[in-house]
Amino acid sequence: MNANDAAVIIGAYEHPGRELPDKSLAQIHAEVALGAVADAGLTLDDVDGFFCGHDAPGYGGGWVTMAEYMGLRNLTYMDSTESGGASPIYHVSHAAAAIAAGKCSVALITLAGKPRTGVQPGGGGPARPEDAFEMAMFTGAGLVSTYALAAQRHMYEFGTTSEQLAEIKVAASIHASHNPNAFLQKVMTVEDVVSSPLVADPLHRADCCVVTDGGGAVVVVSREVARTLNRQPVRIMGQGEAGKLTNGGRVDLTYTPAVWSGPRAFQQAGVSVQDVDYVSVYDSFTITVLEILEDLGFCEKGQGGRFVMDGALVAPHGRLPFNTDGGGLANNHPAHRGGITKIIEAVRQLRGEANPGVQVPDCEIALVHGNGGDLGTRMRAATMILGRESA
Amino acid sequence: MDVAAYTELLPEITPTNQPFWDGCAAGELRLQKCADCGRHRFPDSPVCPECLSGAASWEAVSGTGTIWSWCTMHQKYFAAFADEVPYQLVYVRLAEGPLVISTLTDGSPEPRLDQPVRAVFQPDGAGRAVVRFSAEADPR
Repeated sequence: MNANDAAVIIGAYEHPGRELPDKSLAQIHAEVALGAVADAGLTLDDVDGFFCGHDAPGYGGGWVTMAEYMGLRNLTYMDSTESGGASPIYHVSHAAAAIAAGKCSVALITLAGKPRTGVQPGGGGPARPEDAFEMAMFTGAGLVSTYALAAQRHMYEFGTTSEQLAEIKVAASIHASHNPNAFLQKVMTVEDVVSSPLVADPLHRADCCVVTDGGGAVVVVSREVARTLNRQPVRIMGQGEAGKLTNGGRVDLTYTPAVWSGPRAFQQAGVSVQDVDYVSVYDSFTITVLEILEDLGFCEKGQGGRFVMDGALVAPHGRLPFNTDGGGLANNHPAHRGGITKIIEAVRQLRGEANPGVQVPDCEIALVHGNGGDLGTRMRAATMILGRESA
Repeated sequence: MDVAAYTELLPEITPTNQPFWDGCAAGELRLQKCADCGRHRFPDSPVCPECLSGAASWEAVSGTGTIWSWCTMHQKYFAAFADEVPYQLVYVRLAEGPLVISTLTDGSPEPRLDQPVRAVFQPDGAGRAVVRFSAEADPR
């Protein structure tokens, strides 16, 4: 048993809303928190560890105001590790470590946002000359530009095509059509994707994730607490983290720090890519998924385009079913951050609670991967291997 | 172009990056070079990202590089560029190593990757000289 096995995921909840104009950000955090503790069979009074990103509203960013708002009076451990959209995956790993160290026993992780009907997080503003890409904002480059530059280079070096990238969106849209809460309900074809308007050539609108309000929460508890609850626990078998930063301007956008976080997670879990039944892969854009699958070792570098063809990612019978809730590409990408929904869908799969049309049979081992920041620059990665209790 | 909105996007000229902008005004690409490990870096930084040395000099560099990637922006993300879409961006790997994002002066419809380019300096919409790139005569 490795150190991670001291803790399990016992509660998970995704907000059903995708447009929440009348709710505050704090309210959404609280609603998902209540949903996740109820799923676990706990109450907020049981929570002694609290984790959220710097995008949480209120005093100084981080956990303080939300702990206050939700009346969390018994906290013995707090963590606001900020790693962009990957943050909740870091939080689950850090919660497991804190529980193993005896620092807390019931950890709550929340994420919420309302970019659809509220204020856009981040964006614009004066450029800081010490950052390569912000320095380039006066050329009209933004976040999507880095993904487009990455896709263009990937196409040049490896022969990847727009149609291959489109296969990723098609799979996500098929999955979303089984999810009554998904933002996009219509199944898309490759033709639909490549004929959607260009956003940043070579990326089309349909290569991008959806913009949604909402959020989600997860509860991680000690083995001792889990034994007192009537909920199927999910094992945290292994985890790995890595950062790939600007490196004095020498960056290669064709790979992500998944090349480092992946092996760390697999090694700790004692499993390999062949053992993985389901993957939740960060999907801000189609190219994000393609590069991460390569970097995690599901195929050779450069072969991602071929790998995703012919329904390989489509549940339940594709070679590697991915993002069966529809993912950020078709279901939900609250706060422009897809980390929490990736964890939640993996938990559903391992518990056999995914939507019936996309439940992977005998799903025993799931991989969750989050990518925070621009693709290739200031990019943070977290990989987690989760397992069904029998695994 | 909405010059007021564009000016908001321009990096502030500070004592630390002044030599870079002076270089642009003089028609010369200047990068910091670490006095200890010898690596060029971009953008400017008070310490070397390789060896953390604080000793560096500003040097005029070749101004040559190759197109590592490019894209064409169709979405209106910035008020300053709302009237400019579609516009092309290039990501250039300088001969000295660092990569720079900018635009081509002679925007070909489809730039060729790994094509040689040279830095040129032109006043932007706000009158500040900025680095852009021009395709070199193809040696092949």
